[in-house]
Amino acid sequence: MTKMHVKLNVNGRAVEGLAEPRTLLIHFLRENLRITGPHIGCETSHCGACTVDMDGRSVKSCTVFVAQADGAEITTVEGLVNEDGSLGVIQEMFREHHGLQCGFCTPGMITRAHRLLQENPTPTEEEVRFGMAGNLCRCTGYQNIVKAILASAEMLNAQKEAAE
Amino acid sequence: MIPAGFEYHRPTDIASAIGILQQHGDEARVIAGGHSLIPMMKLRMADLAHLVDLQAIDDLRDIEIAGGEARIGAMVTQHELITHEGLAGVLPILREAALQIADPQVRYLGTVGGNVANGDPGNDMPGLMQCVDARFELVGPEGTREVAARAFYEAAYFTARGDEEILTQIRIPLPVQGTGYAYEKQKRKIGDYATAATAVLIGNGTASVAMTNLADTPIWSEDAGTALAGGDVEGAVAAMLGAIEPMADNRGPAAFKKHVAGVLLRRAIERAQQRAG
Ligand SMILES: Cc1cc2nc3c(=O)[nH]c(=O)nc-3n(C[C@H](O)[C@H](O)[C@H](O)COP(=O)(O)OP(=O)(O)OC[C@H]3O[C@@H](n4cnc5c(N)ncnc54)[C@H](O)[C@@H]3O)c2cc1C
Ligand code: FES
Ligand code: FES
Repeated sequence: MTKMHVKLNVNGRAVEGLAEPRTLLIHFLRENLRITGPHIGCETSHCGACTVDMDGRSVKSCTVFVAQADGAEITTVEGLVNEDGSLGVIQEMFREHHGLQCGFCTPGMITRAHRLLQENPTPTEEEVRFGMAGNLCRCTGYQNIVKAILASAEMLNAQKEAAE
Repeated sequence: MIPAGFEYHRPTDIASAIGILQQHGDEARVIAGGHSLIPMMKLRMADLAHLVDLQAIDDLRDIEIAGGEARIGAMVTQHELITHEGLAGVLPILREAALQIADPQVRYLGTVGGNVANGDPGNDMPGLMQCVDARFELVGPEGTREVAARAFYEAAYFTARGDEEILTQIRIPLPVQGTGYAYEKQKRKIGDYATAATAVLIGNGTASVAMTNLADTPIWSEDAGTALAGGDVEGAVAAMLGAIEPMADNRGPAAFKKHVAGVLLRRAIERAQQRAG
């Protein structure tokens, strides 16, 4: 199969490459671009470890062909750091509240939580659990993940208020 | 989990999309959100030489409420369906059902058109569309035609849509004010297809009941609707349980599914009745 020329904007940077249309977005990110934050857990659209933000939507990048993503804006966990390279708020809160153990699910969790909090800056615990239902964790039992996201919401809102 | 290779097309209007389908016959298939098709392609249960991506055809993304009906473009995602306030006002059953489909990530990409065109008995939208008496607009080389959701499903993965036709929009008559509604679904976990699911509308002397994943097509039962419209809940449940044909699989034996269907149906009817008025 002939390769196509793919152009993406990943974490604010224009990138391009050649890939077969059937290449899954997760493979293009990890293998062509060496952006290895998004993980491959199940490769069958179930676990959410491969979650990235694509044009303002949380998507499982194992279930998107790179051809479909051509022209899209993508944010991965690497793009959620502060400008000076220090941990972003959600990342910091996951550390603070022990929102991870092995860390395999974490990039997907954080990327999904980012979009969730963009859409609903003041979620209840139940809304967090419902909004994170596409991400599986085999270690934590979710309790601390939920805590970390609720703490992130508070922190982000406090920062926003301080800036106003 | 790498699917077989294919050539990728991203037409910007319907006519070009149909042209590509005509040119390549059954070697070609449209792709919407890809969340049913890509898993099938990964399993190599679908092997296609050409994929026609509908994402760049803007006409397919509109939601319009006018003239006593809602028109929903085929490429409207489940996420958009859930967040559309106008639609939630006139057809709240759509949001209630869509929130029970898959998980957030799948709902951002999965489309209404893909869900109803797919023909998988596990999909939630086909039964829902039969309950609300939706009509599907199909555009093909011969022009445009409409098929009622209640006449669209022939067998698992077989529908009234021709290979060269594209489903462009779904038209739903708005239920009159005060119509009660409920969508109930039993599943093993979030993101699972239904063990059983049901859509119910009741109000103003009419009723409509459909069920999902309990036969190789969705089941809309006219007798169940008639009984329910006359206030005969047990008659409605009996008519529906007589119409479904569940098969044993990893969600349980047939008798269990029938039991679950009855429980869900009574629950949905009760909730719809409470909401009617
Ligand atoms: C983890 C997971 C869980 C899920 N759980 C559920 C669930 O609980 N309930 C449920 O209903 N669904 C579920 N789904 C399926 C999901 O809702 C799909 O998105 C949906 O079934 C298909 O929509 P799509 O836009 O992704 O279609 P695609 O996958 O792109 O297409 C599906 C089929 O329809 C055809 N098609 C698509 N659009 C058109 C059109 N406009 N005209 C003609 N043909 C068309 C395609 O050619 C293809 O054959 C789940 C999926 C996943 C991955
Ligand atoms: S790797 Fe994509 S959902 Fe598991
Ligand atoms: S921390 Fe190990 S899978 Fe979530």
